[in-house]
Amino acid sequence: MATLVLAEHDNASLKLDTAKVVACGHAIGAEVDILIAGHECAAAVESARQLAGVRNILVADSAQFAQGFADNVSQLIVDLASDYEHILAAASSQGKDTLPRVSALLDVAQLSEVVEVISTDTFVRPIYAGNAMATVQSLDAKKVLTVRSSSFDAVANDGAANVVAIDKVYESLTQFVSQSLTESERPELGAASVVVSGGRGMGSGENFAMLEQLADKLGGALGASRAAVDAGFVSNDLQVGQTGKIVAPDLYIAVGISGAIQHLAGMKDSKVIVAINKDPEAPIFQIADYGLEADLFEAVPQLLELI
Amino acid sequence: MKVLVPVKRVVDANVKVRVNADNTDIDTANLKMAINPFCEIAVEEAVRLKEAGVASEVVVVTVGPKASQEQLRTAMALGADRGVHIETEETLVPLSIAKLLNAVQQKEQAQLIILGKQTIDGDNNQTGQMLAALANLPQATFASEVKVEGDKLAVTREIDGGLQSVAVTLPAVVTADLRLNEPRYAKLPNIMKAKRKPLETLSIDDLGVSLKQHQTVLKVTPPAERQGGVMVASVAELAEKLKNEAKVI
Repeated sequence: MATLVLAEHDNASLKLDTAKVVACGHAIGAEVDILIAGHECAAAVESARQLAGVRNILVADSAQFAQGFADNVSQLIVDLASDYEHILAAASSQGKDTLPRVSALLDVAQLSEVVEVISTDTFVRPIYAGNAMATVQSLDAKKVLTVRSSSFDAVANDGAANVVAIDKVYESLTQFVSQSLTESERPELGAASVVVSGGRGMGSGENFAMLEQLADKLGGALGASRAAVDAGFVSNDLQVGQTGKIVAPDLYIAVGISGAIQHLAGMKDSKVIVAINKDPEAPIFQIADYGLEADLFEAVPQLLELI
Repeated sequence: MKVLVPVKRVVDANVKVRVNADNTDIDTANLKMAINPFCEIAVEEAVRLKEAGVASEVVVVTVGPKASQEQLRTAMALGADRGVHIETEETLVPLSIAKLLNAVQQKEQAQLIILGKQTIDGDNNQTGQMLAALANLPQATFASEVKVEGDKLAVTREIDGGLQSVAVTLPAVVTADLRLNEPRYAKLPNIMKAKRKPLETLSIDDLGVSLKQHQTVLKVTPPAERQGGVMVASVAELAEKLKNEAKVI
């Protein structure tokens, strides 16, 4: 039996998360199909076709799917489910919104934020903010999983999958009103190889300008702790942690972040962690590869000059 | 309008948990327990709707061991009117919990169901969506703002990359994100009053729901430990190490 991957896209472009979820599909071992539910999403379909090792791209193109709402996309997936043993999506806001609805309609349990595939029915996932790893065997006939994309490497772009049009439409119970997305030239937080994050220690939103400079110089993304978001320094979607984004870049620089359990849950799989904090007792130093006890307002400008 | 708020008893968010000696579960013996932080936000929102005259009654419900009644009492001290306790000693997957909550919803016929977006123990982020599917209701997940406008609900949702505003027709299921509100503290007189509020205890059989086993936890292990790091003395040393030792810049 095959694996169905729900594509992550904004109609215009395919998100890198999709290539990572396909890699999880390959680890399971079955043939992988991708479902693109969207509206006027030809560009996303073209990118998906190129992903390595994908059999079919199922395309449901209709105005009803423009926003990818959970209620109607889940009905679409349930209608396609008879051909698949595994149904996967990224543990993104859309995947987390949609797949539990699919699971309930199929009367199967779901596994969230899978980080490792042991076999076709056994998977590893973090619990308690990443303080424990649970190896779970699914007893259900169909396995519905959301995948932590930072745990898988994106597949190559040398494929040539077939495109199959799906002619199914469902009314959505949800009415779209508006959307405000944070404009940014920087790489996406979840996909960046360098992340520079600030916490409460930054003191104000204006002071984040120096972290932006550091991020830009390193070609990285900007992140933040919950304290910085709650204080209104930066927008919510930059939050790294148990309830924000989970990232695993090559380099994570934590500036003015104490390192609460909930924040560590979002970044402790980074390859190299740097912490700059004036409190030598800050828990962040226990997991940092390189710690610098210093006033960030002196250290960050110096670092900017030296790199 | 009646509002139903499912809550869960979990290990306190500030406790660092450890895996037990035989790698079967988390060692929760003697740990401080609390109401899940996201559930607290859900209760707060329901109570605010009541204070605004929009909600007429706030019912809190939990699925769990006898001790979970503490968390129902906490929710009632925060302003909920009554509690429903579905007692079970078993650890249930979110789908089973959603089935039990759906049975409660069939009895209560609430217009609005507010849950937390996830519990901090299982980190599943499933129950609200599953309940919405089983009850065939619209869902508005990860809500940071909720407004009742007649028979519609206007919700601002936190999505990857920003915010999204949607409208759904009531009855509906909402899951609360961190930014929805700042929960209040329970005042002592309210804690005393909460002890006299009605609390109904039901068993799974009472609700006529049959559950099945969906998964087996084979083992629970601690996450890989990170290698101990070094403290550097200066910014210059840090830059040098990042360039030449870690080779990340």
